[in-house]
Amino acid sequence: MAKIDRFKRTPISNQDPVIRSTNFEEVCLGYTEEEAVKEAKRCLQCPNPTCVPGCPVAIDIPGFINHIANREFAEAAHVLADYTALPAVCGRVCPQEDQCEKVCILAKKGEAIAIGKLERFAADWARENGVEVGKTKPGNGHKVAIIGSGPSGVTCAGELAKEGYDVTIFEALHEPGGVLVYGIPEFRLPKEKVVKPEIENVKKLGVKIETNVIVGRTVTIDSLFEEGFEAIYVGSGAGLPIFMNIPGENLNGVFSANEFLTRNNLMKAFREDYETPIKVGKRVAVVGGGNVAMDAARTAKRLGADVYIVYRRTEAELPARLEEVHHAMEEGINFEFLTNPIEIIGNEKGWVKGIKCVRMELGEPDASGRRRPVEIKGSEFEFDVETVIMALGTSPNPLIASTTEGLQTNKRQGIIVDEGGHTTRDGVFAGGDAVTGSATVILAMGAGKDAAKTIDKYIKEKNS
Amino acid sequence: MYKIVKKEILAPNIFSMDILAPRVAASAKPGQFLIIIVDEKGERVPLTICDYNKDEGTVQIVVQAMGSSTKRLADMVEGDSLKDFVGPLGVPSEFVNEDIEELKKKKYLFVAGGVGTAPVYPQVRWLTERGVEVDVIMGAKNKELVILEDKMKSVATNLYVATDDGSYGFHGLVTNYIEELVENQGKEYDKCVAIGPMIMMKFTALTTKKLNIPTVVSLNPIMVDGTGMCGACRVTVGDETKFACVHGPEFDGHLVDFDEALKRQTQYKEEETELSEAYNHKTEEAGE
Ligand SMILES: Cc1cc2nc3c(=O)[nH]c(=O)nc-3n(C[C@H](O)[C@H](O)[C@H](O)COP(=O)(O)OP(=O)(O)OC[C@H]3O[C@@H](n4cnc5c(N)ncnc54)[C@H](O)[C@@H]3O)c2cc1C
Ligand SMILES: Cc1cc2nc3c(=O)[nH]c(=O)nc-3n(C[C@H](O)[C@H](O)[C@H](O)COP(=O)(O)OP(=O)(O)OC[C@H]3O[C@@H](n4cnc5c(N)ncnc54)[C@H](O)[C@@H]3O)c2cc1C
Ligand code: SF4
Ligand code: SF4
Ligand code: FES
Repeated sequence: MAKIDRFKRTPISNQDPVIRSTNFEEVCLGYTEEEAVKEAKRCLQCPNPTCVPGCPVAIDIPGFINHIANREFAEAAHVLADYTALPAVCGRVCPQEDQCEKVCILAKKGEAIAIGKLERFAADWARENGVEVGKTKPGNGHKVAIIGSGPSGVTCAGELAKEGYDVTIFEALHEPGGVLVYGIPEFRLPKEKVVKPEIENVKKLGVKIETNVIVGRTVTIDSLFEEGFEAIYVGSGAGLPIFMNIPGENLNGVFSANEFLTRNNLMKAFREDYETPIKVGKRVAVVGGGNVAMDAARTAKRLGADVYIVYRRTEAELPARLEEVHHAMEEGINFEFLTNPIEIIGNEKGWVKGIKCVRMELGEPDASGRRRPVEIKGSEFEFDVETVIMALGTSPNPLIASTTEGLQTNKRQGIIVDEGGHTTRDGVFAGGDAVTGSATVILAMGAGKDAAKTIDKYIKEKNS
Repeated sequence: MYKIVKKEILAPNIFSMDILAPRVAASAKPGQFLIIIVDEKGERVPLTICDYNKDEGTVQIVVQAMGSSTKRLADMVEGDSLKDFVGPLGVPSEFVNEDIEELKKKKYLFVAGGVGTAPVYPQVRWLTERGVEVDVIMGAKNKELVILEDKMKSVATNLYVATDDGSYGFHGLVTNYIEELVENQGKEYDKCVAIGPMIMMKFTALTTKKLNIPTVVSLNPIMVDGTGMCGACRVTVGDETKFACVHGPEFDGHLVDFDEALKRQTQYKEEETELSEAYNHKTEEAGE
């Protein structure tokens, strides 16, 4: 038997960059059984694992990895199910390099265990082999409403259903999943293969999902209480796109990343057999440097464009996951660092024909500790593009707060909650991006899980 | 699924449908809209709420078959179901929250163009039921395209019909009729509400600005989600960018940048024409 090198990660296969930049198939192909076992065996099974506190939901990482090492794949999935409702999603999209893998003991001397990839492997294996996970207690008759079917809402719903609650999710869009279906593209997170089955698993626990219901319009928090729900969890996400307020932003050909990605992911514009139109010119500028910018850029590339990411700081400050940045570079996305747009230029018919930018340099650190970019005077320049995609982040939708008396928000529109997720309104709980502003899938799930505990306690106390 | 309980042809290519959607019917108000998806592969199509019946749980839409989604809808019959139906969206008309006594002191002029006539009807009815005086100008290309005339007559204080080609009623555009009423017949109005094609609303707003009549228009930009998430529906009102789906669809007509809005409406023209032609082709083949 070949000796394993403790400090070297088992390589994983990806689709070839040249081929994948023309299709929407998943980029990362995942570990085979042999590769997963090999990687799992590298784990030291630390008695005091440093990796676990790095995970926002404190998954028993050595526990599930040990099962993989022993080829007990179903058992590995069972361990994961105790902590996360969406392991196949987290394994794919968590910023592992900043969380569990960052603090894996092996990272000190070599390469961290590929915890995310192993998590994905176990979850995929369980799904492909029909392993049933999750047990529910008998029904207790108490009704809980969940607003939003993103990772936060779905997790909270799943946890409560397991405790025996009668749970209904209300979702504004026609498909459940939140950002997982409308934002993150197919080539990173396959919808039919991964997202749908994970949502089906939650339905199997007895959770009902009513789509096409906008809380604040179709129904309100108050009318839901009248319908007999005893507690309500708001997991409505951060869905409002931010624009720059520069001249030319309303020209034809300027989109928010949300619009561009929604047309392509939720409305399936990339597929010939769907009706949704999508516009992408020959040259596209994507403004921003987060996951959303990478996703928009790589989507535009796949639709045939030559793509430029315009980011005002340097490569080191890019907030996107490292893997996505590498993948984007491999796929031939161009990066204009230390560059900021100041105007979008249109032709006489109202269509974008170029973007005017200014070069930046890094100055003094700002409140977040990052060095603040400042304009270099006289460095303005223009380049030709036909499409501009704004990926500058999102803020929470004020609809629910503005239609619910007693529900307070902070100045960034986030709903104010205490440690357990209770809002300023009795019986109303909240978590995920609706509270924090855009964050991550796993943090949104963690908040949903914590709130489920608080809700359980709240309802039990009220009825005792 | 949302069942079509009644369908009626109002004019060539214009039809109304009553659709079973109790949650929407229970909370709909004048001025709001909804979004439908016809079938699995269809687009999200925004449509104004024309009428609603809380007891029966139905909502009425009036649609002009334009492109592939609305043509596909036109081909559906009573008993069929729509895949998705979500609403009500947008902010209700501002008069809904006004003090009734104040409202009664005002004289309203509604200007309706084409299918825009349909959403005007429940607004006029709402006001008339509360004792407010409402005159209505209805404009259409020709006699055949005049819809809902009898219904409108039963609720309007005065109803004026104009056709572009003079085949029925006043010969001319709605804007000519507004000038005729105000400048020649001495009518006075405190408020104008214009609903119809973007170009009609633009010229109506220009006319009422000249005549000093505050004017509300109901914008119909391209939309995707209708919940404020995508920004496709951006319009410039005053000097601010607004999202029509959440801040509107009704805005002060004298502040809307119509030229920008008209340009933005054409963003997908080529793609839509292709799809629409493909659909015609398909149905023609099927019909052979
Ligand atoms: C393009 C993109 C890429 C991303 N990439 C990553 C990544 O790689 N890794 C990572 O960890 N995170 C990533 N994120 C962030 C992550 O997706 C979010 O932090 C996470 O989805 C938040 O979950 P949530 O449940 O709070 O909200 P959401 O996922 O936003 O779900 C909220 C749901 O609530 C619904 N809703 C809103 N208002 C109402 C209402 N009034 N009534 C009914 N329903 C309502 C919405 O339609 C939506 O379905 C990305 C985000 C985007 C946009
Ligand atoms: C708030 C609002 C209320 C509306 N109310 C009504 C109504 O009561 N009755 C009615 O017949 N029509 C109404 N419309 C217009 C209707 O939505 C479009 O005619 C429909 O989307 C066209 O779809 P299509 O696929 O059949 O045609 P397409 O071939 O896709 O387009 C035909 C025309 O419709 C416009 N259009 C296309 N997609 C959209 C979209 N997603 N949103 C808005 N416009 C679009 C195009 O610019 C084009 O001019 C309304 C639009 C809005 C935004
Ligand atoms: S959920 Fe995310 S942070 Fe936690 S173990 Fe999995 S990949 Fe790591
Ligand atoms: S810290 Fe690293 S080596 Fe130790 S248990 Fe966690 S994953 Fe395994
Ligand atoms: S339609 Fe998407 S924000 Fe208005």
